[in-house]
Order: sequence, then C-alpha cells, then structure tokens
Amino acid sequence: MSWITARRRHPAAGYAILLLGLLLVGAVYASVVGGGSAASAAPPAPANQAQITAGRTIFLQDCATCHGFAAQGTNAAPSLIGVGSAAVDFQVSTGRMPLKESDAEAARKPPQLNPAQTHAVAAYIASLGGGPAIPSGAEVNTSGANVGLGQKLFVTNCAQCHNFVGAGGALTYGKYAPPLTKSTPTQIYEAMLTGPEAMPVFNNTTITPDQKRAIIAYVTKTRVQANPGGFSLGRIGPATEGLVAFLGLLLFMVLVALWITAKHGKTSHE
Amino acid sequence: MSTNRALEGVGTFLDDRLHGARGIRVFLRKVFPDHWTFLLGEIALYSFIILLLTGTFLTLFFQPSMSTVVYHGSYTNLDGVSMSRAYDSTLNISFDVRGGLLMRQIHHWAADLFMAAIMAHMIRIFFTGAYRKPREVNWLIGIILFTLGLLEGLFGYSLPDDLLSGAGLRILEGVLQSIPIVGTYLAYFLFGGPFPGTDIVPRMYMLHVLLIPGLILALVTAHLFIMVFQKHTQMPGKGRTNTNVVGQPMYPYFMAKTGAFFFFTFGILALAGAFAQINPIWLYGPYNAVAMSAGSQPDFYMGMLEGALRVFPAWQWVVFGHTFAFNVFIPALLPLGALFTGAAFWPFIEQWVTGDKLEHHINDRPRNAPTRTAIGIAVITFYGVLWAEGANDILANHFDISLYLTTEIARIAWIVGPIFAYIITKRICLGLQRKDVHLLEHGVETGIIRQLPNGEFIEETRPVDEEARAILESRPHYQGLPEATGSDEEVPAPGMRGAIGKARERLYHVITESVPLPTNGHADGHGNGHAIEGNGHSVEGNGHAEPAPAAVPSGPGQSGNASDDEPPASDQL
Amino acid sequence: MSDTNAHGQPGEPARGDDLMADLAAAGEPGAGTGRAEGPHAPHRVIGTPAPAEARTMLADEPEGRAAPRELPADPEDPVRAKRAERVVAALFVLAMLAGLGFIAAYVIFQVHTVNNTLHSNLALGITMGIAFLALGAGATIWVRHLMPQIEVSEERHPLASTPEARAAFAETFEEGAEASQFVKRPLIRRTLIAATVPVVVAPIVLLRDLGPLPEKSLDHTVWKKGTRLVVYGTNRPLTPADFNTPGSSLSVIPEGYAENDDALAKAATTLIKFRPGQLQAPTVMNWTVNDIVAYSKICTHLGCPAALYEQTTHHILCPCHQSTFDAARGATVLFGPATRPLPQLPLTTNAQGFLVAQSDYREPVGPSFWERS
Repeated sequence: MSWITARRRHPAAGYAILLLGLLLVGAVYASVVGGGSAASAAPPAPANQAQITAGRTIFLQDCATCHGFAAQGTNAAPSLIGVGSAAVDFQVSTGRMPLKESDAEAARKPPQLNPAQTHAVAAYIASLGGGPAIPSGAEVNTSGANVGLGQKLFVTNCAQCHNFVGAGGALTYGKYAPPLTKSTPTQIYEAMLTGPEAMPVFNNTTITPDQKRAIIAYVTKTRVQANPGGFSLGRIGPATEGLVAFLGLLLFMVLVALWITAKHGKTSHE
Repeated sequence: MSTNRALEGVGTFLDDRLHGARGIRVFLRKVFPDHWTFLLGEIALYSFIILLLTGTFLTLFFQPSMSTVVYHGSYTNLDGVSMSRAYDSTLNISFDVRGGLLMRQIHHWAADLFMAAIMAHMIRIFFTGAYRKPREVNWLIGIILFTLGLLEGLFGYSLPDDLLSGAGLRILEGVLQSIPIVGTYLAYFLFGGPFPGTDIVPRMYMLHVLLIPGLILALVTAHLFIMVFQKHTQMPGKGRTNTNVVGQPMYPYFMAKTGAFFFFTFGILALAGAFAQINPIWLYGPYNAVAMSAGSQPDFYMGMLEGALRVFPAWQWVVFGHTFAFNVFIPALLPLGALFTGAAFWPFIEQWVTGDKLEHHINDRPRNAPTRTAIGIAVITFYGVLWAEGANDILANHFDISLYLTTEIARIAWIVGPIFAYIITKRICLGLQRKDVHLLEHGVETGIIRQLPNGEFIEETRPVDEEARAILESRPHYQGLPEATGSDEEVPAPGMRGAIGKARERLYHVITESVPLPTNGHADGHGNGHAIEGNGHSVEGNGHAEPAPAAVPSGPGQSGNASDDEPPASDQL
Repeated sequence: MSDTNAHGQPGEPARGDDLMADLAAAGEPGAGTGRAEGPHAPHRVIGTPAPAEARTMLADEPEGRAAPRELPADPEDPVRAKRAERVVAALFVLAMLAGLGFIAAYVIFQVHTVNNTLHSNLALGITMGIAFLALGAGATIWVRHLMPQIEVSEERHPLASTPEARAAFAETFEEGAEASQFVKRPLIRRTLIAATVPVVVAPIVLLRDLGPLPEKSLDHTVWKKGTRLVVYGTNRPLTPADFNTPGSSLSVIPEGYAENDDALAKAATTLIKFRPGQLQAPTVMNWTVNDIVAYSKICTHLGCPAALYEQTTHHILCPCHQSTFDAARGATVLFGPATRPLPQLPLTTNAQGFLVAQSDYREPVGPSFWERS
C-alpha cells in the first residue's frame, strides 16, 4: 500500500489531516477575499468639457439609478449637488460607490472605476454645484509635517471612532469606523474634508490643510511602523492580549504541567 | 567526597545554631502528590516571582512623576509632544534601554499570566472541594490575594500615564465620585484634588512597588506554609485514603519538578516578551483629558467590572438635592463584591448545609458533587457574560454585531445564562455519574464477541481494574445533619429548628444530590454519620427517588452479569 | 513544623510516640504497607521514625546503615537512562549557549530606533526564552527518566491537637491571664482600651491632608463669560464662518488652558454644526450661534471624553460604555448607562466675531455625585 495509507493509523495522522485542512481552507479563503483598492494615483488635470461629458456618461450608467438623473437624489440615495469632486473621488476610489449591497454602511472594496473614470465623474459632479475639490499632490504631501501635532489632533478628533492608530471601531446600528490601513493620503484628506456617511466634516477652516497633513503623516507613518514588541495582536488594545494570556500562556503551562506529572511507562488504561 | 565534607561543614554550622536537622529532614521527605491540576497555583507563584524580578529592573528606570516634559527622545513620532515624566521614562525604557522593552513586556505578560493562573487555580480548588476543612483559611487568603492582584495590576498598568490607562483612571474617579455621602471626598483624597491632578501616579507607585507586593508576599508565604503544613490534598485513587498522602518526596523529586516548572514559566514569558507586543504605550500616546480611543479596554482581569458598567441601565434617584447614582456604584460594587463575598462564605455555607465537620484531604471529582459543580459553572457563566460585555465594542466591530444588541443580549444573558448553565451542568454531572455506575456494575467492554448456544451474540465484559475502581467509587463523605432526638424523634436538633431548619434540610438534599453507587458491596461507604432518611442507599443520603441502577434494563448479554453480582437488596448504611 | 517535638513538655506525648503506635499497628517499623509488584514502582510508607532511629544529615556511612533504603539509588532501565542523560546534557548545553547568546545580544544589538528595538527585543527575548525552556525541559526529562520512579506515602495526622494538649494550653493561658491581673482589675483593662482607641484612629486622621475638600469645585469649570473657544491642539480661535459646514464636529477648549489637564478634564467641549431647522428642544436655542451648538465633551456617566459624533444620526456616542446622546435635542440620553444629558455651553460671539462662551456651564459637568441635585 502507499506510504500515506500505511500511516493512516499513526497517532499524528488526525492532527496532520486537520492541519492540512486548515491550510487548504485558509489558502482558498485568502485567494477569494478581495485585496486593497487601487489608489487614485496622480491628481487630476483641471477639468475640461470632454472630461465632464465623459463623466456624465459614466454617471448615467452607474450612479443615476440611485442618485437621480440630475444627481438630485432619490429615496435610495442623497443628492450629489454641492458635494464636490473630493467626495466623489473618495467614495469611488475606495470602491464604496457604486454601491453593491445595501448595508448599514458602504464598505471599502476593489474600485469599479479606474482613476481616469473616477476623475471624470468627479469633474461632472463638481460642475453641477461646486463643493470641496480633490486635493492636489502638494496638499497631501506629508514631508516636513509635524507628526507630534498630528498625533495630538488625531487622538482628540479621530481616535474615538477609528481607534488610537486607526485600526477601526464600532458605531451604532451596524455602522463602523473603518480601519485606515489601506487609505491613501488623498483619501484620508478627502474623508476629513467631506465627512463620508456618519463621519463628521472637518473643513479647511476648522482643521487647516497643514494640520490635515500632520494627521495624515501620523496615520501613514504609524501604520507602517514596525512593532518592536513582536506581533502587534491587532493594535486594538488589551482584548487580544487577554486572549493570548489564556489561550497561549496558560494553555502552554497546562500542557507543560501535563507533561511533568505524566506517569511514564504507563500503557493505555482499560 | 570533598563536596560531602563541605556540605557536612555547612550543615553542622547551621545546625549548631539553628537546630534544623530534624525539621528540615521532615521537610525533605514530605510527600507531594502528583496531578497536573496541582501545578496551577505554581504558575501564579512563579509569575509573581518573575514580576518581582522584572519589576525591580523597571524601578531602576521609571520616574513616577506627573510633571510635564517635552519629549525629544528616540521615538520620533512623539517628538515635541508634552507629556508627564512617567510617560517619558516609560518611552525611555522601551526605546533607550537595552532589554527595557523586553522587561516591560515580560512584566506585563507575567501580570496577565498571574491573574489567569489565579483564576484557574481558584476554579480547580472550588470544583474539587479543596477549600473544605481544614483549608478554609487558605481559601480566604486566596480570595484576598486575588483582590490584591487585581489592584496591583490596575495600578501597575496605570503608572505609565498613557491614554488608555488614563481613561481607566478617569472611570475609577467617576466610580468613586458616585458613592453616596463620601464619594467626592474619596475621589479628592485619592487624586489629591480634581482629576487628574499630579498625585495619583506617585501614590499608585508606592502602592504598586511597596505596599501591595509586601502584602502579597506575606500572604503567599502564609498560603504556602499552611499548604505544606496541612499537606496537599490528593485526587482519589487506589491506596489513597483520607489519612495518607501518596506521591513523591520533596527531595529530590518535587524540588526538581517545581524548579523545572519555574524555568518553563520564565521561558514562555520570555518568548511572549519577544514575540507578542503588549501595552504599546507609544501607540496610545500620552494621556490627555480631551482624547479617547475607540475600543478602550482595561486589562482582562478588570473586564468583568467594565462589563458591569456597560450593561447597567440608566438608573438614578435624585432626592432632596442629592443624587443616588445607581447606574454607577451598583455595577461597580455589587457583582464583583457579591462574587467575592459568596466565594468567601461558600465553604461555611456548604458546611452548614451538609452538617460536615470532618477533615477532607481527598479531592472530589467534580461530577461527584453535581450541585457544587453546577453552581460553580453558573457563577463562571455570570462572570463570563459580564466579561464579554466588557469587550462588547470590540466584539461588535469584529463580528459584525450591532453595538446596542450586544448590551441588550448581556442584559438578559447575565441571569438567563447562569440558570441554564446550572441546569445543564447538573444534568451532565449526574449523567457522568450514571456512566461511572454503569461501568462499576457492568464492567468494561473487552471487544471479544462470543456466540451463545442459542445463537445470540454477546460482547464479553470484564470488571474494571483496581485502580479505576478506586477512582470510580470515590465519593464525598457527608456526615449528615444532626438527628432529631426524643422518643419518637419529634424534637429536632438545635440547628434544624424552624423555617431555617427546614430550609437547611431541603438544601441538604439539593447539595448532596447524586446518583448512588451500586449497592453490591462495592460502594465506598464508611457508614459514618446518619442520613436524614434511612433510605438504604449509600451515605450521601440521596433524597431523590433515582431508580436503582440495577433496575435499568441493559443490553441482551448483560443481564447475566448484573444478577450475578447483586446481593439481595438490603438496608445498608 | 508539626513533627519536631524534641523539647516537648513532660506529660505531653511526643510526636514520635503517635507514630510508633501507628507503625506498630502496621507491622514492623519502616515496613511498607502493600508493596505492589510488577513494573510499577515499589510502594513504601514514610513516617517519622522514633528518635532512636533518626538519621542524620551527615554523609552516608555505608557500614552504619541500619534501616533499609527509602529511595532506590538508580532508575530501572540503565540503557534508557543513558539516553535520557545525553538528551538532558544536550539541553543544558543549549541553555548555556542561549544564555551566552543573551549576553552577546545585549552587547551587539543597540536600540534608539523602532527597528533596532525590534531586533534587540527579539534577540534578547529569544535567547532568554530558549535558555529557560531548555533548562526546564532538561530538568523535566531528568526527573522523569533519570530518577528512579517511586511512589511513597506519608501518614497524615489529625490536625487538631490532642485533648491533653488543648487542656494544657487552656491552663497556661488562664494562669497567665490571672497572673496578668487583666481580668481581675477592670479599671486598668478599660482604661487601656480607652488609651489605645485614639492611637488606632490617629493614622486615619493623618490621611486628611491627602487632598482638598471638594466643596463646590465640582460644580464649576473654568469657562467664563467671554472665554474664547479654541481648537484643541492648535489653539486657533474660531468664527462661525470657519465652522460653517453642516455635519462638522470638533473638540474645543477654553483659551489659555491648553496645558492645564485639571481644567480640561471638565472643560473639554464638543462643537457641532447643524443644518438650519435640525436643532430642536430641549436644546436651548439662545445658547447656539448659526446652528452651532456646544456640549460638554465629558460624559455624564463616568467622565470619558464622549465625542464620537455620527453625522447622519446626530448621535454622540461615548466609546467607553456606549452612552448615546441626541445632539439635535439637547444631548438627551438615548441609550446606555448615562443618566443625564450632556450639559450645553451657552455660546455667543464677541466683538471680533469669535465664538465665546456666555458663561460657565449652567450645571455641573461630568459624572453624577452625591451633592449634585
């Protein structure tokens, strides 16, 4: 019989099968779960009529069913007049819009429109009623930003929803403040500026662009920072630490205690 | 040989002055029984020692001061940020002292392990009945140690004055403030004025490095001394009686094992310090009174208190210009207070209900004390519901449950859960007891199939072996309640009079409810004490009309075995 | 320890005598009760032998050995033991190398940056962990495979003292009590108690200066008429025009108190901008400016900064215990353990057009307390 069949009754056979099964499931799951979104890369060129027309076409195709043919809003979705290109760029580049399923909150997913299309739609919406514009590259450039100030502002205005490093948190009725691990500097800027869904608005006269850059610097620097203590355990605080204490440390010590006190030489009982 | 001479020299020197030969020899030959559950307390003990060692290192570098400094150290993300000296020195330990972060992490993991081990140890003691006479004092010491550990941990993780622990201190201040009459004074005295003040960190420091460790050390010493003096309990088994201890001697066996266990504890904590980041205060940032993080939690051992605060509805009573803030001081004081008080009184309640005044040195198997085990599981469920509610926002976020729903579930589960847990656990215990009785009566299946002359197939069984029999037959000995006196037994005994006496009798039956052992002469009864009703069963005085196990119809081939072993039923005490 | 009784009182039975009785009942002194045969370890009874047979701590003198060994000298299977010995030795060598590695890691790996700290922590922690775990594993294998497996039993003695001992104790105690005159002279007894009571109470009195009395300080914050609202972190004052986007929310503090945590722990305030018509009773409209409303950020449950503002539902959620307040309706409590709405700060604008407070909060902020009506 084959090598594997000969060992089917080995004491470790059960564990090996379990491990193989877990690895297989994990691999399949990881391959089907979506990855991050493509960032809106370069800032858009100033809108021209061609872009606005192209944007209108896309809008009528993908957005008008919910937002209305003149973006005036319907029962299903709010009006987009006056929201500005920043809001559109945020929602579309994070994949939240076009909305796939109606949930407590639109979730980040792989974007459906590419950056050029996104900017076109944004230009079209901006042409309807103005509103905050997509920030330029210079506006989201965090070099020289005061990270300490960013920490202070973040922890005072953002952490109560997004957690102290931006790992996300629960809101009411199924809503949540998403983790900021995948957000590009532009998206963070736009979110602060436009206040998507439940998030409040932080306009440029309240938190100035400089201060926004400080906040972005803090978020982007911290999320890529190494964890000097080892695995981060999610950066959500003591909840996961307690889990590790019981399921890791205490369990290990119990296994050691079982080993130390085992009677060796004893074969199986009755 | 020269080592022997040297040892002889030292021994003689000490003995000449301290008279130790006989006493220390007794100690060296002391027998320690072997069961893995007996090592849970050691996890706590060794974690505590590691806390002392790593803590001493940390005190060399930590500055317990709340005066403000502007940070210009190695962690550049916080450069230019103003913070307390306490936080600054913690950053210094983490990033500018070699081994500092490792010591901080080992210290904090050891604290978590200390509390987890205390919980596991306490649960083991409860479920095996090891708190019974003569060990009630040790049980009480243990509860005090648990409380001290809670406080020690709370003060310890609040020392760095970071955002997360500072929020915890704010909650502590709010709880103190809510206490009627004296609350505001307590809060102002603890914090030296309004929150946060500048006194709390130095005061917690004194409590954390001097007072509470001193108390814990003294109590742990007493705890161990009493345990060694009374000798450890043992699990039931062959050759083990209530008047002996079976195991291995301290020297060299137990010494080596416990030493190995210490190394394992230290080793796994060192690996945890290397691989699992804990309390990353640089990510939390320094405490500031205007900021708050989502998902803020205390360390797990405070989780039950946090959950109680979250679950409680908004009840208050404002009368004559004063506020009774029920919504705060009830959840803060009642659940944990009731738990610890109940635990402290439990050995004495059990003694009163069962009339038990004997010494107990053999542990119970949890299944053989079904009511006690069920009560224990119910209490753990109660604790667990509140503990889970303490992390409800984390659970809501990660498992996509609506936030308010978690609280609403907890508001029901805190009472429904324990009730179900009690019922289910009791049934499971009784079922396991039936399984044991079945084994005793019908033996173990051998896997040998035999065909009878009439064509029927039966499986042969053999009786359980001696060792297993000893374990299966071990049962708690209940002395029984005091008997009534008088010619027709119409005068109840002093402790049995009135409504309380009746309640005591009823509780006796509930607490001692058990599936009786088979009455075929193999029951492990010493016939000590009298059951309330002489119902002819074994000494547990089981008042429930459990059908006699022998009457349970068994498989086709078993009837022969049952009738062979059964003597005629008789009144047996 | 209970067993040492070499200097017992006359008339008090020495510990050894109890044991002698026990052992005599069991058979010859030092004999085992029920030796098991076969592969299981030999079973012996350990009791404290009579003083005459007490052995010393001195080195063994083979010719002087009178009683049989209590512990076997060697394990049963020498081959297996030899193998185990090699494993244990290897583990101890590993532990030594890891320990040396720890010292080397300390010298080699520097800290002062996050990445360096990571490497140093890993190196130190791994070497330390291996060293201890190897020591532990080696010691365990040593006990389990190198030491001969035995099972011994020791007799327990009733913990209660004998009635004679108790009686003697009672006698001694009573005699001493009589001699001390404590019972016979109530005057000194009572005056002694009276003398010690203040001594016991005094340490508690000494704690009085731990802190000031709260008096009325919980009723007020540092907000006053004309105090400007500034953005926390930047200290910029605000005009209503600055804060004009509906759905905005911001943490503000009274000007001049940015470094004063004691003041901020009560004075922190949340500023929210609504659309026209959204604000309703019981929000006090006179205290708002251009649909900008200010509520205390200090949660009335336990004092956490409660500033999780959901623009769509206009709920303020405190992340600590999920108390929820309706910002459009005077911050009334909607859910959770908080019992009081967040106090509203009366706002107005000053001559330069900046947002300022009209006065302090009109009720105490933060958690409830006994004196709060």
